[in-house]
Amino acid sequence: MTDATSSPMPAITPVSGKGSLMAQDARTRKRNAAEARFKAYGMIAIGIGMLMLLILVFNIITRGVGAFQQTFVTLEVELLEEKLDKNGNRDPADLAKVSTFGYAPLLRDAFEAKVAELGVETDLDGKDMADILSAGARAQMRDFVLANPDQIGNTVSFEFLASGRVDGYLKDRVSRDSIANDKNISVEQLDLVDQLIDGGTVEKRFNLAFITGADSSDARPESAGMGVSMLGSLFMMLVVLVLSLPIGVAASIYLEEFAPKNWITDIIEVNISNLAAVPSIVFGILGLAVFINYMHLPTSAPLVGGLVLTLMTLPTIIISTRASLKAVPPSIRDAALGVGASKMQSVFHHVLPLAAPGILTGTIIGLAQALGETAPLLLIGMVGFIASNAPDSIASGLLDPNSAMPAQIYEWARRSDPAFYERAWGGIIILLMFLITMNTIAVILRRRFERRW
Amino acid sequence: MSFVKLSTSVLAVAAMSATTAVARDQVQVAGSSTVLPYASIVAEAFGENFEFPTPVVESGGSSAGLKRFCEGVGENTVDIANASRQIRDREVAACAENGVTDIIEVRIGYDGIVFASQQDGPAFNEFEPSDWYTALAAEIPVDGAIVANPNATWADVNADLPDVDIAAFIPGTKHGTREVFEEKVLLQGCEDTGAMQAMMDMGLDEDAAESACMAVRTDGKSVDIDGDYTETLARIDSNTNGIGVFGLAFYENNTDKLKVATMGGVEPSTETISTGEYPVSRPLFFYVKKAHIGVIPGLKEFAEFFVADEIAGPDGPLAEYGLVADPKLEETQTAVSDETVLGGNS
Repeated sequence: MTDATSSPMPAITPVSGKGSLMAQDARTRKRNAAEARFKAYGMIAIGIGMLMLLILVFNIITRGVGAFQQTFVTLEVELLEEKLDKNGNRDPADLAKVSTFGYAPLLRDAFEAKVAELGVETDLDGKDMADILSAGARAQMRDFVLANPDQIGNTVSFEFLASGRVDGYLKDRVSRDSIANDKNISVEQLDLVDQLIDGGTVEKRFNLAFITGADSSDARPESAGMGVSMLGSLFMMLVVLVLSLPIGVAASIYLEEFAPKNWITDIIEVNISNLAAVPSIVFGILGLAVFINYMHLPTSAPLVGGLVLTLMTLPTIIISTRASLKAVPPSIRDAALGVGASKMQSVFHHVLPLAAPGILTGTIIGLAQALGETAPLLLIGMVGFIASNAPDSIASGLLDPNSAMPAQIYEWARRSDPAFYERAWGGIIILLMFLITMNTIAVILRRRFERRW
Repeated sequence: MSFVKLSTSVLAVAAMSATTAVARDQVQVAGSSTVLPYASIVAEAFGENFEFPTPVVESGGSSAGLKRFCEGVGENTVDIANASRQIRDREVAACAENGVTDIIEVRIGYDGIVFASQQDGPAFNEFEPSDWYTALAAEIPVDGAIVANPNATWADVNADLPDVDIAAFIPGTKHGTREVFEEKVLLQGCEDTGAMQAMMDMGLDEDAAESACMAVRTDGKSVDIDGDYTETLARIDSNTNGIGVFGLAFYENNTDKLKVATMGGVEPSTETISTGEYPVSRPLFFYVKKAHIGVIPGLKEFAEFFVADEIAGPDGPLAEYGLVADPKLEETQTAVSDETVLGGNS
């Protein structure tokens, strides 16, 4: 400061002699114009970003929202004893012998009866009429009969899913023109569907099974759901949380508070930063080689997926934890040490609680990243027809083959029936909901608990 | 401190459960993405009709599936490998090296390979194998010399075809479909046009001439698709003149966007393929590890269920989805129930 005042003040000389503060000269105008241009560029950039986001959200919602609705057919089916239980003794073993194919005639009869009741005129025979229904309808009846053998002989009202093509017709994906060469559905069947809609038998409404259900085979897109793969993701996230939080926090506390500053810790630090930038597919290959081929953990298991994603999440957690430990002012540590606390007491009683919101935020963001990760899962066998059995215990949740939400979406997007494409977009909506919720929690935690010095 | 306790206990649980994982109770299948839809349909029906859990079907391609299949015997290896081609001698040898000796081969049916273009695109209605060879070959013999393929439009190839640029989307080399395409279309076309003979007259031996016949041009007129048929469909969607190679089942699910061309004057359908009239088809297989039968619950039941009349027969759900039923299904059923292994029972 003293140096500055000692230098002589420059003499104020008028720039052009006739300059006024009210009238801008050419150079000022130029500078102001440059600033205005820069602001405009910035706004254009934000505008483009917002527009992209809007297009993305609009596309996802318009394409995916259909997956949450499904076409249902209500039908009264007479559970004929002669077809289902020839011996008439309701022996579960006998009942189980009738396969789903044995239930097809009941559906045909039920359709013929319904058509007669509504007075609908159609040239279709019972089998073609029953093709309006999902192939899963027979399994639905069989499960019901096995669970309620006393209902055999009665007429029971079922709500069946309509086939993917019929569902597409109600969602305007399928039209009479587009099925000209399609051998899975005919114009007569669509005519019948129109009449059944008028009769109140066929209707489209919200389908909870899309959120809770299991994946289904390529032949019945109408019954595919996200539920089981959602559980797979949940178990993977549990593994990630339970492993990466303690390991990550322990590593960063040691590095930040206890480790001597020398070239070894420098190398470790650089490598952690590098690890955070490693493409996730690399962790997938590593997981395949180490966890599956060497350690012989089961393929497609959420445990392995969780281990791989832990490797991926660790650097993120370590970096954010170290940043929040660093943000705690040294005066806190000094004060604790000054009143006689040990180094460990100062860290665990004072520094860590103050850094906790930052650590939690980092962890949640790391988890959200891991939740949306697909590439490593492709390599450890989580793509295919996997998510078909809901796990019945924690051990089976960790070890039985399962898929994960992003892997399930990938799988649906590549199946041939366009009905799966819609479900892939629906799956994206569910996945985004999870990510938005997690990120919102992170933001709230940070706003609420973060302290600034 | 609780962190340490927590993480050690978790590791202990993980290690313990890894040892209990030995008791695997569901059938695991891996392999061809062409067979995947069929295998998943059967797996689903199997889960519905039997007390066993639904088998797990992973995709990844025929070669990758067979490689995993041959890794060894034990609960950590897959029980069944799906393949869109027959197992190679080399793979059988690799299997034997790892102790996988008794392999049951099961042919489930046939798959047609169709040539389709945009619904509103140019009139690609009739093809001959020779058209594809002349359009896609890297080099063709002209007047006694081998020159780089000069054809730029389909009309150059065959005056009856539309006068539009050649833009073909064919399966990449990692697909089993590519092999069939090369053998049944390119090689066939090469022989039909006399190009093969011309090359042999120029002094090439038969093997060299065959591989010259199957070499595809790399100047961008033909694009290898390494992904799935959905990727080929997306390419066709954005290119009016594009023509792609698809499986019959995929085409039948997307008839609103695609129109199919005849090959050699025959329209592809399950009927023409089962009679052998339509020239481009291939058998689909799965391979079962005999050593796992009786160890993995439900494995034999699943294999038998797969080829049962009500599943793989002409009226079953597989045929409905696009599989061409095997006329000799009965022989396959006997082979599965007798557990006949490759190379005969020894």
